[in-house]
Amino acid sequence: MNAPQPLIEVEQLEAWYGRRRVLHGVDFAVNAGEIRVIMGGSGSGKSTLLRHLLGLQRPVSGRVRLFGVDLGEASEREMLDVRKRIGVSFQGGALLTSLTVGENVALPLREHTTLDESTIRIMSRLKLEVVNLGGFQDLMPSQLSGGMVKRAALARAIVMDPRLLFFDEPSAGLDPVVSAELDELILRLRDALRMTIVVVTHELESAFKIADTITVLDQGNILMTGTVAEVRASDNERIQDLLNRRPREVQVDADAYLKRLTEEEA
Amino acid sequence: MNALARPLGDLGRATLGAFAGVGYAAMLLFEALYYVFAGWRIGQPVRIAAIARQMREIGANALPIVALLGFTVGLMLGIQFIASLSEFGAQSQVVVAVAKSVTREFGALITAILVAGRSGSALAARIGSMSVSQEVDALAVIGIEPVRYLVAPALVAMLVMLPALTIFANAVAIFGAALYSAPALNVTPTAYLLQTMSLLSAGDLWQGLSKSIVFAVLITLIGVSTGFSVSGGAEGVGRATTRAVVLSICWIIVVDMVFSFFLNR
Repeated sequence: MNAPQPLIEVEQLEAWYGRRRVLHGVDFAVNAGEIRVIMGGSGSGKSTLLRHLLGLQRPVSGRVRLFGVDLGEASEREMLDVRKRIGVSFQGGALLTSLTVGENVALPLREHTTLDESTIRIMSRLKLEVVNLGGFQDLMPSQLSGGMVKRAALARAIVMDPRLLFFDEPSAGLDPVVSAELDELILRLRDALRMTIVVVTHELESAFKIADTITVLDQGNILMTGTVAEVRASDNERIQDLLNRRPREVQVDADAYLKRLTEEEA
Repeated sequence: MNALARPLGDLGRATLGAFAGVGYAAMLLFEALYYVFAGWRIGQPVRIAAIARQMREIGANALPIVALLGFTVGLMLGIQFIASLSEFGAQSQVVVAVAKSVTREFGALITAILVAGRSGSALAARIGSMSVSQEVDALAVIGIEPVRYLVAPALVAMLVMLPALTIFANAVAIFGAALYSAPALNVTPTAYLLQTMSLLSAGDLWQGLSKSIVFAVLITLIGVSTGFSVSGGAEGVGRATTRAVVLSICWIIVVDMVFSFFLNR
């Protein structure tokens, strides 16, 4: 019997910004039904990895496959097909400021389905109820608080009932209570709607609470992928630094240091 | 050696940057037209409602200011032509001078500069702030191509409304000139306007309109391409907005000169 195919497969993914390598041959896979947290400090490459998973950046080398479709080689049709099956909640919410909250949530339905207006209205209000924003559909995004914007963005992300949900920094910039509520919401979504969820975060507490498995990213390399207990028990020094909030010790390579100081076009 | 190499290097980079900018704008134009004509076949239709909204913003909302400026320019041309032509005792030529200079040149130019300031900057600011706040990324992952959603409606609206505004500006400017010149020429304004009609040829109008179509493409492309290439937060949006207006107006004036040269040979 074949093992079920993973929803996300990344093989030997590399990414560069100019001459700086941001991802060093990353391999990883996410199976259906799990909540995977991608954890790492600032500059670890987790945002770049997410952009590749979403198809916003085409891989220079390596492969990214979602639902078995290679995003680097997908036609426009195939790409659209993949995108109808994923939902994304961005760090700042990224609600369209020219539309009301309700119109934002209804946008994917309006663009991709031929449902009539009243069905669309009911479905989008239903999703707003799921994220506890019932009755807020006529407000503009600028009238919402930070936590409400994130929840509205989540409602928009799940309005098409995606099989795969991406969540970028759910707790960034929120107070502890609101971010705990968001964590609960993520767990509920997986249980109620059977979604596979990928969360990118640097918040340890929230990561340990929601994750089935954690991938730890550091300076463009995957340090480990494992369950919460495995990550906690890891004897890798960098992981323990992350867990215990220890500042990293910067090792200076004398030659590289001199080169950086003297080179004209660094 | 280094003293020479550095400015040369900078010049080379600036040139490459300029070429890249033109190439990017051309690609946006090509993609936008593709979505207008074939978008519905690949599930990326350009919505009529979005075009109508842009037409209202670019066209209808600009009517009062276009009317005001058109009228003022017409009045000004009337004053100048009466003053300068009367030196030769050729006041009667004022009608044809105003009619041709407005329809061939000033109507299109004034309207384009105005729309570049109003709508070119608005496009750059809107798309710029959307890229900064990841709204452009959000559109893409929802499966809405940003070019289809943001560029194509603006391009179509601009291509319809700029020529329309130009015709309107022509009419208002000639009316303004008539109000000043008719008494000076001892004719009624109606007689002035009728004479204008008989002197104008389709070619005169076409010259202004063909320019306004080119201006429409220029304003849209410069606005959206500076908007998409915004980086660096709110400050970047401000810079892009200024850049869009300055670039559009420069291009409009240069292209206008080139067109005038070739259309009058």
